Amino acid sequence: MASRVAASGHTMKSEPRIGTKEADILMYRMTFSRFPASVGGRCTSPPPRRRSWGLGIWIIIGCLLIPALVRAEPESTAFVNALSRLKDAPTADLPEAIERLATVDDPRVLAALNALLENRLYVVKASGRIVSGTTTGDGFDLTDLESGQSGGSAGRFDIKKIAINNTLRNAVKRLIARRELGAEDAGQRLQAVQALTEQADDESTSLLRARYPLEKDAAVRTAIGTALALADIGSADKATRLQAIRALEGNLDQQVRNKLAELVETREDGSFVEPDADVRNLAAAVNSNLELKLQLNHLAETLFFGLSLGAVLLLAAIGLAITFGVMGVINMAHGELMMLGAYTTYVVQLLMPEHLDWSLFVAIPAAFVLSGLVGIGIERGIIRFLYGRPLETLLATFGVSLFLQQVVRSIFSPLNRSVATPSWMSGSVEINGALSLTLNRFYIIVFGLLVFWALLAILKKTRLGLEVRAVAQNRSMAKAMGIRTDRVDAMTFGLGSGVAGVAGVALSQLTNVGPNLGQAYIVDSFMVVVFGGVGNLWGTLVGGMTLGVANKILEPFAGAVLAKILILIFIIVFIQKRPRGLFPQKGRAAEG
Amino acid sequence: MTRITSIRGSLSRFALVSLATVLPATTPQAAETIKVGVLHSLSGTMAISETTLKDTMLMLIEEQNKKGGLLGKKLEAVVVDPASNWPLFAEKARELLSKEKVAAIFGCWTSVSRKSVLPVIEELNGLLFYPVQYEGEESSRNVFYTGAAPNQQAIPAVDYLMNDLKVQRWVLAGTDYVYPRTTNKILEAYLKSKGVKPKDIMINYTPFGHSDWQSIVAEIKKFGSTGKKTAVVSTINGDANVPFYKELGNQGIAADKLPVVAFSVGEEELSGIDTKPLVGHLAAWNYFMSVDTPENVDFIKKWQTFIKSTKRVTNDPMEAHYIGFNMWVKAVEKAGSTATDAVEKAMIGTEFPNLTGGIAKMNKAHHLSKPVLIGEIQEDGQFQTVWQTKGLVDGDAWSDFLPESKAIVADWTPPINCGNYNTKTKKCSGQKY
Repeated sequence: MASRVAASGHTMKSEPRIGTKEADILMYRMTFSRFPASVGGRCTSPPPRRRSWGLGIWIIIGCLLIPALVRAEPESTAFVNALSRLKDAPTADLPEAIERLATVDDPRVLAALNALLENRLYVVKASGRIVSGTTTGDGFDLTDLESGQSGGSAGRFDIKKIAINNTLRNAVKRLIARRELGAEDAGQRLQAVQALTEQADDESTSLLRARYPLEKDAAVRTAIGTALALADIGSADKATRLQAIRALEGNLDQQVRNKLAELVETREDGSFVEPDADVRNLAAAVNSNLELKLQLNHLAETLFFGLSLGAVLLLAAIGLAITFGVMGVINMAHGELMMLGAYTTYVVQLLMPEHLDWSLFVAIPAAFVLSGLVGIGIERGIIRFLYGRPLETLLATFGVSLFLQQVVRSIFSPLNRSVATPSWMSGSVEINGALSLTLNRFYIIVFGLLVFWALLAILKKTRLGLEVRAVAQNRSMAKAMGIRTDRVDAMTFGLGSGVAGVAGVALSQLTNVGPNLGQAYIVDSFMVVVFGGVGNLWGTLVGGMTLGVANKILEPFAGAVLAKILILIFIIVFIQKRPRGLFPQKGRAAEG
Repeated sequence: MTRITSIRGSLSRFALVSLATVLPATTPQAAETIKVGVLHSLSGTMAISETTLKDTMLMLIEEQNKKGGLLGKKLEAVVVDPASNWPLFAEKARELLSKEKVAAIFGCWTSVSRKSVLPVIEELNGLLFYPVQYEGEESSRNVFYTGAAPNQQAIPAVDYLMNDLKVQRWVLAGTDYVYPRTTNKILEAYLKSKGVKPKDIMINYTPFGHSDWQSIVAEIKKFGSTGKKTAVVSTINGDANVPFYKELGNQGIAADKLPVVAFSVGEEELSGIDTKPLVGHLAAWNYFMSVDTPENVDFIKKWQTFIKSTKRVTNDPMEAHYIGFNMWVKAVEKAGSTATDAVEKAMIGTEFPNLTGGIAKMNKAHHLSKPVLIGEIQEDGQFQTVWQTKGLVDGDAWSDFLPESKAIVADWTPPINCGNYNTKTKKCSGQKY
């Protein structure tokens, strides 16, 4: 948009066509119709807002002096002037300085506003120039806003940020949206329309109204239609209001629902917000039609939340399902093996800061190998001496867990480490106005299932899997058949530990990466494995998902604390009835 | 120090006491130090926050020693590790007071650790400087509260949201323990007194270290989408904040639509978070590292030199220790001794400049007067002050908004000399804490 406006500065004569530069410019001029595009002309229109006398005088002086200078190079100078106002304005005057900047017809304005919105606008203390900067470790790389060229770099104390707060951020968003309403990219236009819908005011509405007939993109057109209908509900004309409500029928958008719900509400004194009964009845009818749709959406959302919590539980428990379920080792250090996986992610991200988006794909195998090796070390070093003595194993592995925690504390400090989320995992996909699914959770469900299938395949299809099952079912018989049970034990424990490490990579995207990460999940993991049935991977899958969904269904009624307690009580009762869990393992060893 | 002979004075302890009185004569070097106890967890869950405070104390003590110590003697830090274990706090406090004979203890973070130390401090007549914002409803003669009381953090923050951001609906979200529960009780009473209807207040508690915020955030989103401006007042503790803010970001709740103002999130906590999705969310404190006063710049430089890293940040409880320690130094100099009773008397009325401007003064209720700042989180993990109280706010131990503590005041000067004096019945309840 930026360069287009510049290029078309003198093509106003031709017929405006949609999506063309001319149309953009026309739109843009309309936006700021109170401020005619030429700078000299601005002096003729009255200032839009109440202003202090000082500023008024300033403007008068400016009007006397500037035009002559400005006309030689109008756009450029106007931009520079408006920009430098940002620097001089005290916080209270900043809104006005920003609005003034937005009225300047110059392609560079958008860059400046965006920099402001993203907190990247700085004043160089020495020269007083306004630049946008991006952080580079210790200092900043600067871009000169006037020339668009690189402006060198600066240290932390050489520049001062032009800071804005939430109120201003909203205003800047609106100003940017007004400008982008004529953008070439439909996605950008849609965003602009949405921003203007959220912060509707008369000026934005009239802009949208002007844009509506020009808009060719169906999605953008619908969005504009919604915005205009929303505005029309406030109209004084009854017919317009009725029509607006009909236009909004079936729309799940939150704002639409709010607006329609508002219409049927009563005020404190008992009078209706909407005076006309016909309008009220129509709104009520539209509302009740939506009800079922909303409930279905809500159900889908709860299910999604439940499955994603279940996937986390599954990931945390699935390694344990191998070590505890198949081998019968109560491994209290299981959580710490996950923690190692999470720290591996952190280290991998440190090593490849330029490719954060891909870091997880490196971290997953790295975490598997690291945690797996540590697991094998634990098995060879400690656990193999304690087979058949569960209590001692429990105490010894608990010691290992404390040891691993302290090691991490010594190496990485007790503070939590910040693990970045790759951009493809941030945000959410909107299914409809009432339902959107968060991406990170979605990927974790997929990832959890992938790990599950992979593990299942290893156990069912590979030689190692066959040996593992043989040893688990009857150790002495397996030994007699020539299986090296020692090696199988080590490999099995390594596999379970490696999977714990992989789970740690997933957890690093959800929670704190710190020395205590493991402790938070160890109880849950055991719960899932015991509930699902010791020694059965399918049990772990079903158990994890069931507990996740049950937790999420309970949470809205009972609160997070009580929901957890209820789940625990449920499991205790369940274990009384079925001591072997959901899917008890059958076999000779399982009996003993 | 004179009341060392404890109730449970065993023979060995008696021997120790006599040894201590003998020591000065035999080893002059030991006599030249004044011991200062540092009671912060260096391991366990709270190590995250408390380790920094231990380092702060070491820095302050080192600095004081460079200036020539106190009363002509060198200061000596006695660091113990209560390991985030609340009963161990009491044991370690007893060790510091009766075995190490420290002149004052600087320590504790969570309210429960403070509550567990209180009986010991009062029994052995020690001094505790408590540097963290807390729920109030307490004033002990042996404790100086250098962190914020609710009226120095929570109430001004709510005022800001109500008056400047025009918030009409409120989510009070907290971790399930004493500080959030009491604070939210006070806030609920305050909001209702301002005419907020119960249906416009949503209260939610989560367990320590809660990490699955999906449905709660979805609920907050729903609560906040009725068209009325909504804000979240968060007393969510430490660790649980990271997944909470991540979930907010993922579900698209931006600060300009639904701001979260936090009371337990400071620079230190932010240093472990990817702050991009948090920009614009708020926090209320008495101190921000970003405040540009010469004292603060000086303090930051000293800290970063001491800790040998320019990446380390400063935070509010560090400032509280800085003020508390310097006040204690002043009071000891004024009293001419480190005896608890004398120092306690001298402390009241002691003044010391805040790092963020204004002069902190220790009031009769053992609380400080401080400015209250509201800051927006920036991308670099710092706060940018967007609002500030006009002057300093005097710490109020007993909230005026709770019916049960409305009439109660704390005043440790004669003639009242009581931590919970009822102005209606004119009686000191005698209840200690």
